[in-house]
Amino acid sequence: MSRAQTASLISMPVKSLNISSASTLLRNAMLPLLGILIFLSLWAVLAKNIDTSLGSFPGPSEVFTQAQVLIEEHGAQREKANAFYERQEQRNAARIAQDPSYNPTIRAFTGAPTFFDQIWTSLYTVTVGFLIASVIAVPLGIICGLSKASYAAINPLIQLLKPVSPLAWLPLVTMVVSAVYVSDDPMFSKSFITSAVTVSLCCLWPTLINTAVGVSSIDSDLLNVSKVLRLGPFSHVMKIVMPSSIPMIFTGLRLSLGIGWMVLIAAEMLAQNPGLGKFVWDEFQNGSSESLARIMVAVLTIGLIGFALDRLMLLLQKQVSWDKGAVLR
Amino acid sequence: MTAKHHLELTQVGIDFPTPKGPFTALTDVNLKIQKGEFISLIGHSGCGKSTVLNIIAGLHKATKGGVILDGHEVNEPGPERAVVFQNHSLLPWLTAYKNVELAVRQTSKGRSKAEMRDWVEHNLELVHMSHAVDKLPAEISGGMKQRVGIARALAMEPKVLLMDEPFGALDALTRAHLQDSIMEIHADLGNTVVMITHDVDEAVLLSDRIVMMTNGPSATIGEILDIELQRPRDRLALADNPQYNHYRHEVLTFLYEKQRKVESVAEHRKKAQGKTKANDASVA
Repeated sequence: MSRAQTASLISMPVKSLNISSASTLLRNAMLPLLGILIFLSLWAVLAKNIDTSLGSFPGPSEVFTQAQVLIEEHGAQREKANAFYERQEQRNAARIAQDPSYNPTIRAFTGAPTFFDQIWTSLYTVTVGFLIASVIAVPLGIICGLSKASYAAINPLIQLLKPVSPLAWLPLVTMVVSAVYVSDDPMFSKSFITSAVTVSLCCLWPTLINTAVGVSSIDSDLLNVSKVLRLGPFSHVMKIVMPSSIPMIFTGLRLSLGIGWMVLIAAEMLAQNPGLGKFVWDEFQNGSSESLARIMVAVLTIGLIGFALDRLMLLLQKQVSWDKGAVLR
Repeated sequence: MTAKHHLELTQVGIDFPTPKGPFTALTDVNLKIQKGEFISLIGHSGCGKSTVLNIIAGLHKATKGGVILDGHEVNEPGPERAVVFQNHSLLPWLTAYKNVELAVRQTSKGRSKAEMRDWVEHNLELVHMSHAVDKLPAEISGGMKQRVGIARALAMEPKVLLMDEPFGALDALTRAHLQDSIMEIHADLGNTVVMITHDVDEAVLLSDRIVMMTNGPSATIGEILDIELQRPRDRLALADNPQYNHYRHEVLTFLYEKQRKVESVAEHRKKAQGKTKANDASVA
């Protein structure tokens, strides 16, 4: 073997290492970027050729402009609100100076909610709805998974209610909420409760079903360990059942949150409850030449938030999961 | 039977329900085990060895007869009959230490925290696992997992230690190491042990008595062989021991002549040839 050959043999691993790191970089960053670029150019080309009654369909640049406009509008509205509160304070101070017994009432700013206010409302609503559903679905799923009898009892109901569209629930939920939630000084607005409950109703099922399946498929050896150790029902659930079904529970939770987010937008559109759905509907009704671009901003925002929520759940799952080696995606 | 602790199986039988009616897996199993005895159950697959063990553990309920341990009937699982499972069955989300600790917590109500920690460490020491107490089961080898499984069972201070093919999934060298560990521990603690095995050498090496089971359905105890070899036993010295080889021969004879499960290849061929000849004749 010549010296040159030996040298090439030695340098080979180094070279292949470079190639592999370059190709991972390509795969991790370049390919997604390429995909986005192709999408944007296709969108730009196709958008020009679609004429609607509100002008041509917005391309990427119009949407970007509208996104900036929405940010500016939000800033302007905030300034208005601050000015309003300042004026109110000054007026109250002046009245108290005149008459010390005067008890000032502080009024809230009643300007129209901006795009970002609507995002916040939607996020808050989906979180509350999802939490309510999870708090019900996980324990119920564990009970269903542990006992065949309760599974047999609940399963037909699950199968019946699972495929129901949220929009079918919405009128019923609205009527029930307005009948039941009566209070002079309501902590939450009725529209918020209606949206949250509708989200909950649709978030229940994936978590419930996946938890039940996860719990019922625990390794029988581990169940025998629990029996031999005579673990009580509580420690059995905490020490054996929960850790082994964590992956399935999280699969359910992620599905639920995804569904909940989709359901919420639809419910807000239909019920005119504050949130991103209402923003979309208002813009549609408004019908100005910018409306479509503004709706497109909302569409992309909804997508981004949905994606972010899913990543958040994934992070949480990685924190909670005992199997750090498992590939989660 | 004057020993204070003993385990007694009387007329134990079990039927499993099937769509075609009950299937009798075991009948008339009678066995008296003295305190400190090491018993092996050996037999072909499907002969109900595991079922016997599970009945003693309380994981299965006998349809007929019953099991008495120290004058109390066995009717549910419990830590005084600790089980070492074939595939270790450690909780994968707990470290070796925590796996043993869970067992210790369940079984030692009166111990202080420090005493508990000492007891967990002591048991891991017994199986030579002190170096890996903070490892998760996925991070240690199969043999080490089984060692932790044994430590967990021992930590329950069982009256009877039940082992269901504890070394079945291990390679020959690891198995030999663990067999030596088990002999050591048994000599130290004097637990009563009931072990299921497929391995004739293992059975002869470890046991005081080998219980040989007939084939199912309706399996029962075929023969019981007393192993009167001096302890401590050394596998190398025993390899040339005529007594040891006699015991091996006895067990092999039982398994492969008296309870033959599959016919030999030569016989199978003979039969097949006979059949084709008969077919040829009928065609002709």
